[in-house]
Amino acid sequence: MLTIKNLHATVEGKEILKGIDLEIKAGEVHAIMGPNGSGKSTLANILAGNSNYEVTEGEIIFEGKNLLEMEPDERAKEGIFLAFQYPIEIPGVSNATFLKTAINEKRKHLGLPELTPKEFLNLMKEKSKILGMDNDLLGRSVNVGFSGGEKKRNEIFQLLMLDPKLAILDETDSGLDIDALKIVSNGVNVFHNDKNAVIVVTHYQRLLDYIVPDYVHVLYKGKIIKSGGKELALLLEERGYDWIKPEEVELESN
Amino acid sequence: MKELTKKENIKDWYLKNFELFEKQMNGHNHELLKKVRQASLAKFLELDFPATKNEEWKYTDVSFARENKFNPVSTDYKTSLTKEDVKNIIFGNFDYNLITFINGKFAAELSDISADSDKIIIKNLNSFIDSHKEIVENYFAKISSDDNLFNVLNGIYMQDGVAIYLKEQSEFSKPLQVLYLNGYSEENLLIAPRNLIVVGRNSRTSIVFNYYGNPKASYFTDAITELYLEEDSSVDIYKIQRESLSSYHIEKFQAIQKDRSVLNHYNLNFGGRLTRNDINSKLDGENIETHYYGLYLGKENQHIDNHTFVDHAKPNSMSNELYKGILDDKARGVFNGKIIVRRDAQKTNAYQQNKNVLLSGEARIDSKPQLEIFADDVKCTHGATVGHLDEEAEFYIRSRGVPEELAKSILIRAFAADVCDEIKIVELKEQINHLIFEELHRQEVSY
Ligand SMILES: Nc1ncnc2c1ncn2[C@@H]1O[C@H](COP(=O)(O)OP(=O)(O)OP(=O)(O)O)[C@@H](O)[C@H]1O
Ligand SMILES: [Mg+2]
Repeated sequence: MLTIKNLHATVEGKEILKGIDLEIKAGEVHAIMGPNGSGKSTLANILAGNSNYEVTEGEIIFEGKNLLEMEPDERAKEGIFLAFQYPIEIPGVSNATFLKTAINEKRKHLGLPELTPKEFLNLMKEKSKILGMDNDLLGRSVNVGFSGGEKKRNEIFQLLMLDPKLAILDETDSGLDIDALKIVSNGVNVFHNDKNAVIVVTHYQRLLDYIVPDYVHVLYKGKIIKSGGKELALLLEERGYDWIKPEEVELESN
Repeated sequence: MKELTKKENIKDWYLKNFELFEKQMNGHNHELLKKVRQASLAKFLELDFPATKNEEWKYTDVSFARENKFNPVSTDYKTSLTKEDVKNIIFGNFDYNLITFINGKFAAELSDISADSDKIIIKNLNSFIDSHKEIVENYFAKISSDDNLFNVLNGIYMQDGVAIYLKEQSEFSKPLQVLYLNGYSEENLLIAPRNLIVVGRNSRTSIVFNYYGNPKASYFTDAITELYLEEDSSVDIYKIQRESLSSYHIEKFQAIQKDRSVLNHYNLNFGGRLTRNDINSKLDGENIETHYYGLYLGKENQHIDNHTFVDHAKPNSMSNELYKGILDDKARGVFNGKIIVRRDAQKTNAYQQNKNVLLSGEARIDSKPQLEIFADDVKCTHGATVGHLDEEAEFYIRSRGVPEELAKSILIRAFAADVCDEIKIVELKEQINHLIFEELHRQEVSY
């Protein structure tokens, strides 16, 4: 589904990603872990098409197409979805209107007719039930006055509504209480099937108890320095990152 | 020297036309109005059109007034406009009374005032003077209206306008829509509306001023509106300005508020080549509330100048002001928010905010708060911002599959929301939202 080859990227002239290779197939869940500032959100944002980040080398192929040539909205229509680490507030535009606009844009792209108001309402009901979202939140302006946890839940609600092929969850667990973590993880599991894929960016094993990864990658200073199965996350939880950090000298010489 | 002779010419032009104008007023030139006209004429000789070295007009060049001879004497044509023609100009889908003026003249055939005369009198000013002379004597032209030559010009050449008198203890919930259709049949007219609103004790109502210009017509609207709010009264004034893009629009609005009165003033500007609004309120009592909401949209080479003035004269009142501007192309906005808290006005709360978004690199805003506080126990805050549409937010929206242009519209909607949301007539709110996108030629985003 997704192939990343030798990806280098800079932000404001500073190199953040220094040669990432990653292969993701339909049906898989990949966890990306790594210390603060290692480049996890950068990678997520580049996949979604954030123009603040400049790709200087390498390629990203998504479903056989060159992702780097597409605008953010084209990527979304092709099936990329990023759950933001820091979701944005949009006053004066209701969650419902926002999602209806997004869904119908996507349907237009796929040559499908717009959803009728009734179909849309039913879809909202179905998906919000999975996440135990208040109807009140759906009528309110996008993320405005939402608590930290509600914002994260709203990201996953959007994920369920838009039903993409590749979901990238950037620290969706941060800000969620223990019950909410279960509910939101369950939402992701309801979404996940053998035709789509999930990238989970997280700092904590806790989330991975619910969303079980097939692969765990450690991103450090812009490189994937270790990959393994789900047991790697357990090891990291226990031992931190020090034991796998390569010698500084070695890294610099690369 | 050339400049000077030009000025002289222009003033001569307005003086020269006065006789003709009076003749044309026929029986409609009431003694009361004549007095105002004469006083204004005397003042006219003393003043000049304001220059940009005048601090009050620093950012607004009114050379249009020196360079154009606007005709104050329109021929009394019979309009061919029908109710059907103006159907789409009227703000509809809610219950309203309608009073219409074409080129400043009362158009009975396009008015529909089924008002309850036990509570409210709605007439054109010229008829109102005949029937309610004592009210006109008590209230009319009591405000200062010789601040500048434009106000004085209105004093000389005012033709007609709406007169609204809400009696004591009257709630009149059906809004009155005052429709000004400008720039029809004749070019280069001077249109000088003069409005008088008196809201009696413990009464409330709402009024929608709908200034609309015949597209492409060139003319000059020079208006004065006086509002008197007696004790415990409350009024919502909506001014929606869609003059033609080749026209000039200047209004002085002055409210005098008594104890415990509430004014909500909405100033929504879409049209006009050059617009200048002076929105003034004198809080002449205690426990008064004054709310100013403003939204101005500029495109092409439009120039929009809003000068607001809240005068806190007595203790324990509050004023709150929110003005937002969206400027595209080479449009230019001016905001000047003056607040005076006089020495006696202890425990005043005064808030002011002006926010602007520039949609193009060539748009420009000059924003200036002007606070003069002479009391010591007051709360007063103000703030002004200028920015572009938030790129982070735009990316967020686009990342959900929404194309760039629509994402921008969503952000414009978001920006205008806190002013639009204050509009209490729901159907009007939706029509204003629609206008925002129509005027900016952008894809609409509904609620
Ligand atoms: N817009 C930006 N401008 C300047 N520097 C940036 C920008 N975005 C990211 N960076 C820098 O790039 C580096 C990687 O940031 P990134 O957000 O990708 O880290 P992260 O792995 O997601 O960290 P965290 O775990 O704290 O979320 C950091 O040093 C950060 O300061
Ligand atoms: Mg991050």
